[in-house]
Parts: sequence; structure tokens; C-alpha cells
Amino acid sequence: MNPTLDVKKLQVAYGGIKAIKGIDFHVDEGELVTLIGANGAGKSSTLRALSGLIKPAGGKVTYKGQDITGIPSHALVGLGIALCPEGRGVFARLNVHENLLMGAYARNDKAQILTEVDEIYTMIPRLKERTLQMAGTLSGGEQQMLAIGRAMLAQPKLLMLDEPSMGLAPLMVEKIFEIIRMIAKRGTTILLIEQNAQLALEHANRGYVLESGEITLTGDAKTLLADPRVKAAYLGG
Amino acid sequence: MDVLLQQIVNGLVVGSVYALVALGYTMVYGILQLINFAHGEIVMIGGLTSLFAAKGLLAMGAPPLLALLVAILAAMIACAVIGVLIERIAYRPLRNAPRLAPLITAIGVSILLQQLAILVFGRNYFSFPELISKAPIVFGHITVTLNEIVILLTSFGLMAALLWLVHNTKVGTAMRATAENQKVAGLMGIDINKIIAITFAIGSGLGAIAGVMVASNYGQAHYYMGFMLGLKAFTAAVMGGIGNLWGAMVGGLILGLVENVGLIFVRGDYKDIFAFVVLVLVLIFRPQGLIGERVAERA
Ligand SMILES: Nc1ncnc2c1ncn2[C@@H]1O[C@H](COP(=O)(O)OP(=O)(O)O)[C@@H](O)[C@H]1O
Ligand SMILES: [Mg+2]
Repeated sequence: MNPTLDVKKLQVAYGGIKAIKGIDFHVDEGELVTLIGANGAGKSSTLRALSGLIKPAGGKVTYKGQDITGIPSHALVGLGIALCPEGRGVFARLNVHENLLMGAYARNDKAQILTEVDEIYTMIPRLKERTLQMAGTLSGGEQQMLAIGRAMLAQPKLLMLDEPSMGLAPLMVEKIFEIIRMIAKRGTTILLIEQNAQLALEHANRGYVLESGEITLTGDAKTLLADPRVKAAYLGG
Repeated sequence: MDVLLQQIVNGLVVGSVYALVALGYTMVYGILQLINFAHGEIVMIGGLTSLFAAKGLLAMGAPPLLALLVAILAAMIACAVIGVLIERIAYRPLRNAPRLAPLITAIGVSILLQQLAILVFGRNYFSFPELISKAPIVFGHITVTLNEIVILLTSFGLMAALLWLVHNTKVGTAMRATAENQKVAGLMGIDINKIIAITFAIGSGLGAIAGVMVASNYGQAHYYMGFMLGLKAFTAAVMGGIGNLWGAMVGGLILGLVENVGLIFVRGDYKDIFAFVVLVLVLIFRPQGLIGERVAERA
């Protein structure tokens, strides 16, 4: 069977500078796979290339056997791929409810959408309390919850998250990961990009370590957590 | 006192037309951060198209009201199509270019449209048929025409409709989302090129109606009518806070009022000065405009 996401020899360049130097990785159906790496390793560049925000300089991206290399981002949603961008990207001047509805933009089943909005509110009660509040006035953690909830309204088969823990207090990070765990449990395939290697590996099935645009290590998340090289570089010891 | 009241009424009529045109500037600016200097010319094309459509229909024996409605429709379609084409051909290729490039292009498009209008319609001043009565109606000490009342009510109706569209429909929400962050809007599955095209179509359609209003109110249309009107409406948009719908509406109304109330004190030839005095004052004292609200964007 085809993996949900299969990335082969992916390259990303800014001007002449290669940020991603031909990486291979895949995510199987139902898996939570994490791509970890330090700041500037090329994590966001990888996601941008996968989601049509930039054209890859080379390589091939396949989703469920279909070539999606360089496809425009608005076409991905229809295929079942949703991205929570780096920095959350909520619409600051839209209220919480409108932000959620924008997640369902590509859909037309209005009644079902509203049911799912309610499900999101049940899963993340904080959002329900703030439904008519402008997203720009939410705290960073609330914005991240909103960004994830919004992505879920696209009914993704594959959810890609770019550093959901970035800039958040530890308690809030815990809450965000709890939400990610719930989504994974419901069967959504997840590609999680993280700098917080410890948390990411604790939650993932498998992991890849990205360093200066190249994958240097890969394996079972438990194995990586115990790997001395990972420990030394990312886990503070 | 009577004079003041009369000028306030006149100011509201003119101001509501400025507001409609200002909305076109502000909508495009809001979504592309581009000042579409060609928008005044869109209004002109609306005026001339409706004029010739109305004359043609009247000549074929159509009743005035029908002629008017069809003329408005023709103007709206013509302007929406031209507006969308301008965006597609002139602005879209420059979307990631330095800001000066699309600005200069916009001025070029403006001149191009004027020349096209001369080619198609000629350089004459054409008289606009009286489709709605312009016989004076006296209320106490003020005089209005039915034409003016219709202009005022239609403008306010259109403004309300636009606000409703932008705030209560899916496409309107997508317009606001696209204005705020095109990349993320794309990730939501929004085809931002489509949304931008819709924005141009709506702005141009409103401009077309404004063109019909101006032509009917002054009883004439000509290839140059969009220039001063566009400049004033742009002033109104800046005064209100460009990019902000309420700002464009409030700015248009205030500008109309200032101009007409000012006429009490200054000779008519100097009327156009007010708009630019206002523009300079706003730029000095409140460059973000009267309604320059900003929602905090915390990370
Ligand atoms: N828009 C850009 N233009 C030029 N270089 C960029 C751009 N975005 C990222 N880079 C460079 O690409 C490399 C990878 O960046 P990025 O993918 O953002 O890393 P990460 O998300 O892992 O922190 C870095 O060296 C960064 O400086
Ligand atoms: Mg990053």
C-alpha cells in the first residue's frame, strides 16, 4: 500500500542557497511522524515545499500515490491535506468562529460543518468561551488551539503542524500536545514538525532528525529518544 | 440657517457618491495594498456606458425607468469586466514587485482607459437624459429632486449591502481573510486569485453605479469626469483610513459635507480646494485616517 505522504529527494533553495538538500521521508496512514531539528535546520522550508507555499527546487512529493509536487496550496485542502503554519497564522481580525469556518472553506455541507465546529468547541472549551472574540486578541496558546481547530475543519486525512509549541509556556504546550494526541487517536495521520524534540518524540510513532537541510537520523520514536546522539544534541544531555 | 441645511443635504448626496467610489479604492487597497488609480476611470466608463445605453433604449421607445435599470446593469457589467481584466493583465504580474511598480502601472492604466474612452465615445460632453425627475421638490426651506433622493437612498442601500456581504457571507469572510494573510488564506483552500477578482468586480460595479449617479445628477458625462472624482474619492478613502470600509463611507460623506458647506463661505470655483486641504490636513495630523483602528496582533 502507498504511504499517505511520500517525500523523495526533496530540495528547497532560496536564491542559490540550498536550504533542503534532497531529503527522503514518509508518513504511513494513521501514523504520527515527527521531523525534529534545531532552529534553521529547514523544518519550515520542508513544510512550505509540501504545502505549495514555495516551489521545491527538486524531488517528488506523493500523497496516497498521487504526485502533488508543487501543487498550489489552495488545491491541497480538497485532497485532504491541512497545514497549521509556523506562527499559527490565525486571521487576527476575524473572530474565533469565523476563523474556524474558514478552515471549512472548501466544503459545502453547512450543517455538518456547524456540527464539527461544536465538536471543536467541546474538545477545546477555551475557544467556545471566545467564539466572538477577534483572534488577534487571543493568547499565543489560544491562537495555536484555534489554528489546530481550524485545520481540523478541513476534515484532513493528513494534518501537518509546524512547531505548535513555539513560544508557549510549558503548561500551554502540554495542553496543545493533549489536543494533538486526541486528533491522532481519532485516526488522523499527522506530520509534526518540532524543535521540542523530547515532547515530539514522546508523542510520535517515528521520527526524523533534520540537520542543515539533511536527514541525519531516523527511526522509532522510542529508539530516537534513547539515542545518545539525539540526547546530546536535542535533549540537553 | 436655511442655506446651511440646504448645503448639508447637497453634501450628503454628493458625499454618498464619493463614498461609493471610495469603497472601490479601499477594497482594493485592503486586499492588495495597491492604490488603483484607474478606479476613477472605471467610474467614468460607468457614466458613459450608461449614458449611451440609456439614450439607445429611449430611442427604441423604452420607458425611462426600464432604460435606467438596463443602463445601470450595462454599466456594472462593463465596469466589472474591465476591473477584473485590469487586475488580471496589469496588476497580477506585479503582485510581488516593489510597490512603486504597480503604482506607476495604475497611473498608466488610468491614462489608457481615458484614451480608450476617447476612442470609443469621443471627446464631447454628452448630456445624460433625465430618467428620474429633476423637478425641484420643496420641503420647508430645502429643495431636493427625486433624482437626488434616489441617489442618496441607493448609495446607502448599497453600502449596507456591501457591509452585510463582507461580514455575513462566506465569500465576504474569505475576502477579509485574504486581505489579512494571502498565504494562510490559500492554505484554507481559498483561491485568492478568485477572491481578488471578486473584489475588483464588486468595487468596479459600485464605481459603475456611482458613475451613473454623477452623470445623471450633473446631467452629463465625458471622458475626463473620472479624474477629479477619483481624486476626491481617494482623498475620502485616505481620510477615513484606507483599507477600512467604514472609513471610506464616513470619509466620503464628510468630504461631501465639507465641500458643500464650505461653498457658503467660498466662491464655487474654489470648491475643489476643500478636498485637498482636507487631504493635507489628514496626512499631517492623522495619517492613519479617522477610523484607523488596529486590532492587536499578539504572537
Ligand atoms: N524566505 C527565505 N529566504 C532565504 N532564506 C531562508 C528563507 N526562509 C528560510 N531561509 C533559510 O533556510 C534555512 C532553513 O530555514 P527554516 O526552514 O525556516 O528552518 P526551521 O523551520 O527549521 O527553523 C535557514 O538557514 C534560513 O535562514
Ligand atoms: Mg521553522
